Amino acid sequence: MKFRAQLASIALAALGAAGTLTARADSGWSQLNMTQGVTDISRRIYDLHMAIFWVCVAIGVLVFGVMIWSLIKYRKSRGAVADTTLLHSTRVEVIWTVVPVLILVLMAVPAARTLVAIEDTSKTGLTIKVTGFQWGWRYDYLDDGVGFYSHLDRKSDAARELTSGIDPNTVDHYLLSVDHPLVVPVDTKVRLLITGADVIHSWWVPAFGVKKDAIPGFINEAWFKVDTDKPGLYRGQCAELCGRDHGFMPIVVDVRTKADYAAWLKQEQAAQKPATPPAAAANTAAPAT
Amino acid sequence: MSTAAHADSHDDHDHKPHGWRRWVYATNHKDIGTMYLVFSGCMFFVGGMFAEGIRAELFKPGMQLFDPQFFNSLTTMHGLVMIFGVIMPSFVGLANWMIPMQVGAPDMALPRLNNFSFWILPFAFTLLLSSFFVPGGAPAGGWTMYPPLTLQTGASFPMLIFSIHLMGASSILGAINVIVTIMNMRAPGMTLLKMPMFVWSWLITAYLLIAVMPVLAGAVTMQLTDHYFGTTFFTAAGGGDPVMFQHIFWFFGHPEVYIMILPAFGIVSEIIPTFSRKPLFGYEAMVYAIASIAFLSFIVWAHHMFTVGMPLAAQLFFMLSTMLIAVPTGVKIFNWAATMWHGSLSFEPPMLFALAFVFLFSIGGFSGLMLAMVPADYQYQDTYFVVAHFHYVLVTGALFGIMAAIYYWLPKWTGHMYDLKLGTWHFWLSTIFVNVLFFPQHFLGLAGMPRRIPDYAVQFTDWNMVSSIGAFGFGLSQFLFLYLIIKCVRGGVRADSRVWEGAHGLEWELTSPPPFHSWSTPPSAAVIAHGAEH
Ligand SMILES: [Cu+2]
Repeated sequence: MKFRAQLASIALAALGAAGTLTARADSGWSQLNMTQGVTDISRRIYDLHMAIFWVCVAIGVLVFGVMIWSLIKYRKSRGAVADTTLLHSTRVEVIWTVVPVLILVLMAVPAARTLVAIEDTSKTGLTIKVTGFQWGWRYDYLDDGVGFYSHLDRKSDAARELTSGIDPNTVDHYLLSVDHPLVVPVDTKVRLLITGADVIHSWWVPAFGVKKDAIPGFINEAWFKVDTDKPGLYRGQCAELCGRDHGFMPIVVDVRTKADYAAWLKQEQAAQKPATPPAAAANTAAPAT
Repeated sequence: MSTAAHADSHDDHDHKPHGWRRWVYATNHKDIGTMYLVFSGCMFFVGGMFAEGIRAELFKPGMQLFDPQFFNSLTTMHGLVMIFGVIMPSFVGLANWMIPMQVGAPDMALPRLNNFSFWILPFAFTLLLSSFFVPGGAPAGGWTMYPPLTLQTGASFPMLIFSIHLMGASSILGAINVIVTIMNMRAPGMTLLKMPMFVWSWLITAYLLIAVMPVLAGAVTMQLTDHYFGTTFFTAAGGGDPVMFQHIFWFFGHPEVYIMILPAFGIVSEIIPTFSRKPLFGYEAMVYAIASIAFLSFIVWAHHMFTVGMPLAAQLFFMLSTMLIAVPTGVKIFNWAATMWHGSLSFEPPMLFALAFVFLFSIGGFSGLMLAMVPADYQYQDTYFVVAHFHYVLVTGALFGIMAAIYYWLPKWTGHMYDLKLGTWHFWLSTIFVNVLFFPQHFLGLAGMPRRIPDYAVQFTDWNMVSSIGAFGFGLSQFLFLYLIIKCVRGGVRADSRVWEGAHGLEWELTSPPPFHSWSTPPSAAVIAHGAEH
């Protein structure tokens, strides 16, 4: 427990340092670390990432330190004479086998706990089916009768052509904006049922700490719950090679306040209605024949 | 002793075939070793060209040079060529050259098989590389060949599958030869625990190869029948399971990672004692560490696919088994550090590359440990963080190990000492540029850039430019290496049999260059004792 607390404090200190570095500046130079994200899970992942990072740094400083010391101190050019009796030592060999095991066990505990939390898909408030296809996403709000396709937006799509002559820097959120973002409410456990229509894709929004493969014939589950005070646009990309336009099927999630979301849903339901009656009619007609 | 051996074998020199027959009909382990090394050198420049193409396209955002499909072909072919055409054959080449000399044998146990296993390779790669010119272009589904995407490959699909079959056959035959040689041709008195570390590492690697190459062959054959004969092993629409391919592939793929690194462990374990003028620390622990890494490599495969949606228990198992690999790997690093402790160090090119290996491979090991943490892996998976990780392991690991080996044994092979100054230049240029190339990719991955994309959002521009500059520098530096090797083969200061002051092992008891049939009479117990002071 003490070790964990220490890790947490180290991670927190690093978090401060890294936070200033990754202050979402437009300059790419400052993008050095994982973002903390806007969900409880994404922050736990971030803490885990920083903890294991600092464990690695500590081991690295120790081991590299010993080696660099040897490189400086035991140079032949400085007259070092080899001690050829140093063949092995059971004691140090036991130490450097057992200590890493202990460190690993200590790291495995928080990792396992976070994993258990991630896998807990109970008590969800909203279920959306996500289908990856070559090359875009389809979102279906299973309980609300709303669904739409989401593609790379036109400006990015024009600029990414081989001879477009358009400077990507002039395009707003080049390659990271879509025509129809996924809209979800804050503070709601949103469950995603993820599948693929043709090949395997992977739905990834770093700020939510969610990456799950969209596999034809499989339905994968994932969930996220965005903090109440963090509405906004969150961007991600397909993370599994899926063919020619794999790099051009971004994900944008528009997180709204609950009231805004309800208004959007109502509007969307109304807009999609005209399309439903003929389909519904066809469905009811079918059994009659 | 070595002069006596030389005199005994002198009539064999007359039987040495000349001209093209020497190479096409080659049965001599050194000639075949040379062919393996020359072949992988050629492939290194081919695969490197693909990499430079990738880095050129990624130099800045927007599509500059290629169609995205061609870009995907480049990443796919870069992976296949570097793994199956560079790293694996060059280790087999080194095994061919060194194992008979290190165990006191005249040649490999199965010379004709040896010839066959090499000559398969040029055909395999001609087939694979010519796929660029067929309708639909070269394979573009990634070197991991995941279905259903790979099933969308055009006319190059069967070329891909059959070239994989050929490469696999070549590897298995090579591995059989290594095992038979080590088990049967050791000089009397050289017990298993007196074998040099390079021989040990290759013995274990050979068993890994025989265990997993057929698995890969099976997996790609199932794709072949899915494509042409109506089976649906991996097609969900027919009741198949695309994830099953990933399980089978990585059951091959993870031991494959160690196939590409264990011989480098062996090489580094030879070089560090030589230039520390001190025996390897914890020889037996090193052997057991390699063996446990090899065993563990069979039970960690699913850590390559944490995001496919596995049961919680399976994810926990693969996380723990993966973390466990850090323990024997740590033992190896600590033993190398302890070998240098209280040594008498000098820094010739082989030692420089071996040291860079220890430092930079450790960095790859650290990021590997980070990747083992499943929740964090969800963020790292399929990003440039992973790309950085496996290039630290495979370029500054496996490839630097190979370069260290070439710098270590080149004077033995050619009988000439190479230009040490040039070698040192090559080392520093390679080491600096390789870090400029791959270190920023950690940042890109953490900032959210997926791998295998031909174009990216503008906030990733800066570090991509740095990475590309590193790639160009690293690529150009390798021409220095090429020049150094050619110069050394053609002539230079004569190397004596020991070459390096602190070198121990049977290969250093032979002349430089060694006689055509390395040990035509087995070395005496005294020679083995002199050589085997590990
Ligand atoms: Cu995709």
